[in-house]
This record gives sequence, C-alpha cells and structure tokens, in this order.
Amino acid sequence: MRTFPSTPKSALPKSPDPRDPPANARLRRPPDWFIQGLFWAISATCAGPLNAQTTPRFADDMAERTRACTACHGEQGRAGPDGYYPRLAGKPAGYLHNQLRNFAQGRRHYDLMARLVDPLSDGYLGEMAQHFANLKLPYPAPTANNAIAPERLDKGRQWVTQGDAARGLPACTQCHGVRLTGVQPNVPGLLGLPLDYLNAQLGAWQTGQRRAHAPDCMAEIVQRMPAQDLIAVSSWLARQPLPADPRPAERRPAGPELPQSLRCGSAPELSAAGAAQAEGRP
Amino acid sequence: MKGTGHRMHPLQSLGWVTLVSLLVLALAVAWDNWGDLIGPQTDMRQTTVEPTDDQIEQGRYLALAGNCMACHTTRGGAPFAGGRRIDTPFGGVYSSNLTPDPTTGLGRWNAQDFWQAMHRGRSNNGRLLAPAFPYNHTSVITRADSDAIFAWLNTLTPVHQPQPNHALTWPVGTQPALAVWRSLFFTPSPFSPDPARSAEWNRGAYLVQGLGHCAACHSPRNAFGASGAVNDLSGGLMPVVNWYAPDLTRDAESGMASTPLPEIVRLLRTGASATAQTSGPMGEVVQHSLQHLQGSDLHAMAVYLQSRAQGTPQPAPAPAQAIRISPQVSTQGAKVYERQCAQCHGEQGQGQQTRSGEVAYPSLAGNRAVLLQDPTNLVQLVLYGGYGPATQGHPRPFGMPPAVLALDDRDIAAVLTHLRTQWGHQAGEVTPLQVNRIRAVQGR
Repeated sequence: MRTFPSTPKSALPKSPDPRDPPANARLRRPPDWFIQGLFWAISATCAGPLNAQTTPRFADDMAERTRACTACHGEQGRAGPDGYYPRLAGKPAGYLHNQLRNFAQGRRHYDLMARLVDPLSDGYLGEMAQHFANLKLPYPAPTANNAIAPERLDKGRQWVTQGDAARGLPACTQCHGVRLTGVQPNVPGLLGLPLDYLNAQLGAWQTGQRRAHAPDCMAEIVQRMPAQDLIAVSSWLARQPLPADPRPAERRPAGPELPQSLRCGSAPELSAAGAAQAEGRP
Repeated sequence: MKGTGHRMHPLQSLGWVTLVSLLVLALAVAWDNWGDLIGPQTDMRQTTVEPTDDQIEQGRYLALAGNCMACHTTRGGAPFAGGRRIDTPFGGVYSSNLTPDPTTGLGRWNAQDFWQAMHRGRSNNGRLLAPAFPYNHTSVITRADSDAIFAWLNTLTPVHQPQPNHALTWPVGTQPALAVWRSLFFTPSPFSPDPARSAEWNRGAYLVQGLGHCAACHSPRNAFGASGAVNDLSGGLMPVVNWYAPDLTRDAESGMASTPLPEIVRLLRTGASATAQTSGPMGEVVQHSLQHLQGSDLHAMAVYLQSRAQGTPQPAPAPAQAIRISPQVSTQGAKVYERQCAQCHGEQGQGQQTRSGEVAYPSLAGNRAVLLQDPTNLVQLVLYGGYGPATQGHPRPFGMPPAVLALDDRDIAAVLTHLRTQWGHQAGEVTPLQVNRIRAVQGR
C-alpha cells in the first residue's frame, strides 16, 4: 500500500560523518571500552565546537517549521544530494502550493510526501510554499553529461523553443517563460533541475502517474509528444545554465494564448478563457 | 450397508445429531441477524415530515462528530462518495457512497433504511454490512440523531460512484460468515444514561461510545477483528496501520486522570496541549472531527474520559530494575541522538518552546509516549516524522524530519532505546526487528 519507489537505496541522503569508523575497522572490533573511550574523547574534542558552528539557535519562523521538508530537499530547499528531491527555493509560490495540493489530493504520488502534507491545512501549505518561493539561492552549474547525439539534442532545443506546429503543441517557452525560469505565480522554471528529475517527471506525465488540476495541459502535451523526444528535451534542458536573472518572469510572454484544447487547470491565466475568468474573480 | 439393518450405527447417529445441531445453530444465527424483518418492526417510524433546517444542521454537525468523511471519501475524491479502501487483517474493504445518488448512493433509501444501517449494521436490502463500518458504535445513537444525519446526507450533491467490491479473504466477507461473526460479537447497544451522573457526563459518554467511536481504536481487537465493548477504552494496537492507541483509563499511558480538564479539551480541540501532542490516526481525528465540535461537547467528552480514568484503579509503577543494554547499543544510541535529535529536543530531552510558551518540539524526558510499553508509535514517529494536525487553535505546527531514508533499523532501535533508558527512564529496549517489522509493513 505504501511504497517509496523512486528512491533507490544508493540515493539515501546519508551524509558521511567524520566520526564514523572506516569500513575495515568494523571487521575486527576493538574492545568496547576502547570504542566508548574513543567516542567520548572525540565527542569532547570535536562535537562541542562543531555544534557551536553548525547548530543555529531555535527561531520561531518558517525555516524552523519546514525542517521536515529541508531534511530531504536540502538546506533552504536547495535540492537534495541526489536527483530525486528537487529544488524548492525560488520556485513560484502558486506552483509549489499546487504541488502540495497535488500530493494531498492524490494527483502526485509519493507516500512520504502525502504523509507530511495530510495533517496540514491548505492555508499553512500556502505559507510553506511562499516561504520557499521567497528564498533566493544561487543555482549550481548544469551537470548533465548523458550520451546523446548532437542532432537529438538539437531536436530537444527545437521542442523547447519552437514546439511542434504540426502537432499543435506550443514551445515550452510559451508558458515557462522566454528565459525558461518560470512565470509567476503558477508556472515553474525548467532550468537548474537534474536530468534524473526531469526524466522522472516527463515519464510520470506520460504514464499518468503525475497529474495536475484538470484540465491537465501538461499531461495533454507530454502524451502527444513522441516518447523518444522526451529524453531529447530533458537532456537539452539539463545542459542549460541559468540566465543572469534566474527569477520567474512576472507575466507570461507576449504571443498567442494557449488553444482551448490545452487549458491548464493549475494555471488558468495561460489561456484566454481562463485569464478572463481569473480576472473576473474578486 | 450390509448388516446395519434398521438400527443406526453409533457413528451414523452421531452424524445426524451433528447435522441437526448445525442446522439449529444456523437457524439461530439467521434469526439473530434477520429475525426482526419477520413480523411488524418495532422501531418503524413514519418520517414523511420534511426535515427542518435545524435538523439538517444538526445532521451536518453529527456527521463531523462521527468523522464519517474520513472513511467515506477517497483521497482527492468527492466528499462522502465512498470508495476508499480500508485495509484490515482480512483484506480490503471499500466504503460506501453516502451521497443521495439513486443507483450508487443512498438516493433510494429512507430514514428507516438508514436507521437499520446505523442501528443494526444492515443495508436497505437486508444485506449484512462489513464491520469495518463500526456499527456497534453507531447502534449507540438515538433515532433522532440518525434521522438528522440522514436528512443532512440527503442535501449533498448526488455523486454517481459505485462502491468497489470488497477484497476480503474468502469466506470472511460472505453473508453467512458475517452472520456468524455478528452473532458472536455484535448486539445493538442503544445508549442508556446513568441517572447517578450529570447530564454533561452522560453527553460525553454518548459521544465517546457512539459517534466518536473511540473504542474502535482504543480497545484491543481479538483474532476475529472484533474490538472491545463500546465503552472499553483500555487501549489497543491498531492492525495494519500499526499505531498503538493508548489506554485512556490508565494515567501512565494517556494522562487522562491527572491532566486538568481544560488541557484535555485543548488537546482534543487543537491537537496539542502543554503536555501532549496528537499524531498519526489521532491527529486525523482531531483534524477532521474534533476541532469542529462545540466546546461544550468537547468538555463533556473530557469530563467522561477523566471520570473513567479516575474511576479505574491505577497499577503501582513497576519496581525499579536496572535494564541491561549492550554498550554498543547505548553508544550508538547516544551518537544518533546527538546527531539527529538533540538539536530540536535538547541535550537533556527537555524539548523546545516558542517565546509565547507553545510547544515547538515536545520534551522527551518524562514523555508518556516515550515510555509506553509498546514502542510502535515511537518507531512510526522516527521513521516517518511529520506534523501534528494544523487546526484553528494550533494552525502552524512544527514538524519532524522523516528518518526512513537516513537511518537504518539498528540506528533507530538504538536511539529509541537511548530515549527509553535516559533521564531516569526505565522503559524497555527497542530491537531492530521491531523497527523492521513496522518499516516492512509500511513500505509494502
């Protein structure tokens, strides 16, 4: 019933500890008094100053309240050490809030996330989303180096920047911003994400494992794309450095609105009808 | 055949006796379950009167008190449209659609049918319901309350959503098996007030034993999956979900005898008090049910619970005896505590409060939850961390990082053993096997 499928054992976020004995020391154990003595001696000399440096004092703030998040998503939501826990910092608040709702309402599936968000109110989830959206952190340089032919990579670039008119599919930039850094308040950026994460998400959209509020524009688009082009898109995206201004754009790029068949329940402002409706609301 | 003549062989007569006895038993079971359908029904009531707004509002409130939605709604699904899978040791049971849809919900039911379900655990066609629906508890409530809930359910938007078939191990879900089970373990138990007690006490008892269905978790379940009597609050391990619901009559487990009434009310209303936090299934109950109830009803429940605890003889604390923990385990436990726990819960397990005196991180020293004989809840909390319920009275809880990916079974067992043997604690050791058992079930 509860599964944690996307986390291989090798991906455990277990930080190496200088106090851990080397692996071969486990083979022939020294006497217990020695281990205990050694432990206390090392603790006495290292732990004090170490803690003094790394232990921030308790603060009654959102950083403190989101420790359960940063345990996997990295300090300040800068992303986990493996490719599976994406960055949260600086993503548009509406997007983050919608993802938390998606986990709570079963449109995205990861039991550990569902367990965390289940007891929380929608208002509090929104506050958490805003907290991470407000964090401005530098992005790491792209690291993707999977083997892929240059023409495939170019195919990926084409999809991202031009879309496919024959299939009636827009360019990624049409919604995710010309700089691909996302658009306020609901559309995420596509850069600075690990290749593994991009692949996992596109695959999940394709199989229906990941969903958004209906009508689900991303599901529609990904399912209309040829499967072999998904990897081209993710490979190209994962190789792009962030632009000088990595913040999400304030509004969507000028240009055609999304066709009626590709309306987004989680970002109604992207299509004509949705935008009018969003403005009509008080 | 030859040689038996007209006289029966002793084995043959034994066979007949057995057969006849079984037949009589079967008839008795059938009479026990369906007998009231033959002949005039004593609890038939005319309900042609249009429900009043007050009655409908009362029904809405009572459905909250019963936390009906928790089981009768799927994740992200239409409220009260059912279809949620409830796992039991005998397989999965799917909740029914309570919206007034004529084909898949209660659209063709009348108040009498609904009363039959609440009071006797039987569907409108006489079919026996699976006792995952705690009808021993709903049989406690009054006809007026049953009618009010039904009137309110009728105001919901009908949702067409068929109830999936139960996935129970044969023969558990069959009608004969349910009939036998019910003859053994179910008798409708309408509430009878105790005239020697106050009206408030009786209101609390009515809510705890009836819609609150507290004993569904807070009493031990037997091998046939039956929980204790509706007023049995002696604690129990919840199967499948693996949480221990503490003994509410025992102060060492739940603090119900010694905690001041306003703090008990605060715990029920907000999910957190000065000395206790709710988590796991109890957190869900606070979130979806208790926080929405009137203060007077929560106070009545607290009065009843406290009186039950104070009226129960408390066992003397076990004589102090040194618990032997291997030096490796205690070293490892101290190390994990220092690295993973001390920052929030304090070097001495003293916990952390905000400036306004709210508990951010509970103290572990002297914490009843740490000292429970059954370490199941501790293992759950360390493995999956998480938040207590965010409620109107406690809207921004602090949370605990899950350790399921960071710590192995030995680390978790060692650190829990550390908690249970530090600061004067003398609770038992937690073994890696105990941790693994829960991790394996949850990670299934």
